[in-house]
Amino acid sequence: MTTAPASQKIILNTTVNGQEHQLLVAPYHSLLEALREAAGLTGVKEGCNDGNCGACTVSLDGRIVDSCLVLAAEAEGRQVQTVEGIAPDGQTLHPLQQAFLEEAALQCGICTPGFLVAAKALLDREPDADEDRIRLWLAGNLCRCTGYDKIIRAVQKAQG
Amino acid sequence: MTIIEQPKEYKVIGTRPIRHDGLDKVIGKAQYGADLKLPGMIWGALTRSPYAHARIKRIDTSKAEQAPGVMAVITGADMPVAEAIEIETGEEVTNLAHASDKLMARDKVVYKGHPVAAVAAADQNAAIEAARLIEVEYEVLQPVLTVDEAMASGAPLVHEDYAGKDLGEETRNTNVADHFRHETGDTAAGFAQAAVVVEREFELTMVHQGYIEPHNATALWKSDGKIEIWTSTQGAFGVRSSVAPILRVPETDIRVTPLEIGGGFGGKIPIYLEPVCAVLSKKAGRPVKVVMDRKSVFEATGPTPGGRIRVKMGANDKGDITAAEVDLYYEAGAYPGSPVGAGAMCALACYRVANARVDGYDILVNKPKTAAYRAPGATQAAYAVESVVDEICQALGMDPLDFRLHNATREGDRRADGPVYPRIGNLEQLQALKDSEHYRTPLEREGADGRLRGRGVANGFWFNGGMQSCVTINVNSDGEVGLVEGSVDIGGTRASIAMQAAEVLGLRAEEVHPVVVDTDSVGYTDMTGGSRTTNATGYAAYLAAQNVIAGMKERAAILWESNADDVEFEDGVFSSKHDSELKVTFKELAAKLTETGGPLAASGSIRQRGSGGGFGSHLVDVEIDPETGKVDVIRYTAAQDVGKAIHPSYVEGQIQGGATQGIGWALNEEYFWSDQGVMENSTFLDYRMPTALDLPMIDAIIVEVPNPTHPFGVRGVGETPIVAPVGAVANAIHDAVGVRLTQAPMKPQRVLAAIKEKNGNGA
Repeated sequence: MTTAPASQKIILNTTVNGQEHQLLVAPYHSLLEALREAAGLTGVKEGCNDGNCGACTVSLDGRIVDSCLVLAAEAEGRQVQTVEGIAPDGQTLHPLQQAFLEEAALQCGICTPGFLVAAKALLDREPDADEDRIRLWLAGNLCRCTGYDKIIRAVQKAQG
Repeated sequence: MTIIEQPKEYKVIGTRPIRHDGLDKVIGKAQYGADLKLPGMIWGALTRSPYAHARIKRIDTSKAEQAPGVMAVITGADMPVAEAIEIETGEEVTNLAHASDKLMARDKVVYKGHPVAAVAAADQNAAIEAARLIEVEYEVLQPVLTVDEAMASGAPLVHEDYAGKDLGEETRNTNVADHFRHETGDTAAGFAQAAVVVEREFELTMVHQGYIEPHNATALWKSDGKIEIWTSTQGAFGVRSSVAPILRVPETDIRVTPLEIGGGFGGKIPIYLEPVCAVLSKKAGRPVKVVMDRKSVFEATGPTPGGRIRVKMGANDKGDITAAEVDLYYEAGAYPGSPVGAGAMCALACYRVANARVDGYDILVNKPKTAAYRAPGATQAAYAVESVVDEICQALGMDPLDFRLHNATREGDRRADGPVYPRIGNLEQLQALKDSEHYRTPLEREGADGRLRGRGVANGFWFNGGMQSCVTINVNSDGEVGLVEGSVDIGGTRASIAMQAAEVLGLRAEEVHPVVVDTDSVGYTDMTGGSRTTNATGYAAYLAAQNVIAGMKERAAILWESNADDVEFEDGVFSSKHDSELKVTFKELAAKLTETGGPLAASGSIRQRGSGGGFGSHLVDVEIDPETGKVDVIRYTAAQDVGKAIHPSYVEGQIQGGATQGIGWALNEEYFWSDQGVMENSTFLDYRMPTALDLPMIDAIIVEVPNPTHPFGVRGVGETPIVAPVGAVANAIHDAVGVRLTQAPMKPQRVLAAIKEKNGNGA
């Protein structure tokens, strides 16, 4: 792979957290790079850059993806949601965010954005998911601090 | 030693407020090291050795220098030569020459991934591409890859010029950096009194701390000679005191700002990138940021050692341990300094052993230099000792918790390496586990589809640390306070420290606003590690808060034209001892600071020597598929004496997280090495850390035997929970299928092979 000169960058038209963006990206940039570097959405975290830790999880047209494994150009004309877009009105916390705080479901917090995006996608589809289902759904997100206990409990609390 | 009377009831301590930094972390606004963007900032990338052991013949940087966007290229020749002196950096002693050589090789590479050059360029991809253009000619040498290889006569030397120590005597031409011994009593006489003697040898491989955030650093070498560093570290002051002598600049010219840290577990105490970024910055005249990739994190940053451990233990028919011998052979990695010293002190710490000998060996191998990992060195030793204890219990027909209670160390006992225990809660936490609903509920021995179940227990010890901390509290005119601290918050310590100040000040936790600042903005504070932060920085906060109250009493005295000695403070209200009419709340008085003399700020600083050891015992039920050897953890309970749980949720979280890392260590995690010392599984796909799917809920039982040297009784909590799990899982596997696994991890193929061998159809 050679580095493309800046003149070969492309303009990516995509909707992020409900807002239309025109982002200047290189053809080889991942969606993760585009979100962090071009859009300044650093809530999307990089833990491994090969799709195994889930810290960069975002929602793409309602489906969760590891944004490090998606080319930025693939987001053209699509809807992206990151952790920054989870609070419904940008002010009031989503029940998952509130439950993560109340249940102490984060320690260092680096995996938290990915967990929140992934857990929200689950609860949007399956509001009554049981513990096994929650554990399976979240198995693509690594947390090294909590042992998952309080994360699972927080998701259950957010189910109401 | 300060002994402080325990208040009966607390208003803030023991409650579960939402942590102060929580909101930023759930909305994606918390700023971690990799998130930093500065005006003019460019990116760095490192060129790393593909060999574990090789001499550098030639480095050609010319192609990289001409690559698009490149603004600086450096090699070892650009790095100052550090003096070979040792400094304390928290849980480790760092030899500066080694620390410098580790982060940029000069003559020889001694581990795969060893940096040999670095570039800075306009963006990250340009830097990575340019780093690939650096040509290095190597003379490849035979690597030394195991403790046995390293100790064999005629073994290649990791460092030709290194002087080792053997029982205090200097040695040459060796890979054994150190061999030491702790001895008490007469082990031969002790074994002679034993009815049962068990001797076993155990083997472990390196495992990684596995923090999700890769190492990163940004540095700006300014034109006035001062250096600014922003980094993900457990200790900003440790970074400062390591970087200064490596770059040969005065400490005072360096300012280190710790950004949010995405996990550390000991692995972010050492420095890896900061001096490299600084030298690149000096050359480029711009701030330079480097973010490590995951492969480099695995290959070139702090795993904890593998190695070999031999344990021999005897007990008489009453169940008294009569003697024990432990030999610990730990991989140091490519530079001296494995945690074998701590391992040796912890190995027998849970038990009264009148006749004991512990030998430790710190052994150089061509692998990454090991770093602290949560109770460094203790888990390996506990795996071996707790397995042997389990065998003794079976031979004697004793309940494993009764045996451990019978032999448990308590106040006044002397550990094999010398220290006498102050008040500890070893007995109390063992009893709590014994009383747990889990332990009292018999295990159903068979699971579905012929799976076999077993139950295991193990005990564990970690010292916990005290060390130095400083806190400043600023009183705001609205009656709330700012709390300025130097302790990096990895898992909720802003809350646990603020809560201790709030308790003294009569405020709510939310009315104390903690902020973690740079090295110019607060007094010296040791790293967040050693389970010390809630203890020592909490103590500093307590002292600062006491000083605030003393200052506020003076202000009340000014208002009342009396004497500060005549002012009392209780439940947030200052009152006169002589005139019951004279009362003013903390908030009302805070609004009157200007008229009573001006702003009020007060500091507290401490060198906390009283840490109060931490003991924790774990109970695990496993289910094993005899067809595949796969082990599932189906129930887990951990009890621990934490002294006092300031914020119980985060105490439970530490216990659950430590247990989980231990379960990963027991069952899945390991470095796979090629015969040339290349790690073959340097991704999270192949280095298998536990996922949510691999675990049950983890029950944490908090036991509170107050630490008499802390105002609220805090002992510290973070490290003890990783000590017991590997041994507990090994014992549960034995209980389930009758095989004693002496190699970790206890992965399916090992379990299956052991089952087959037991059934006579092995090989």
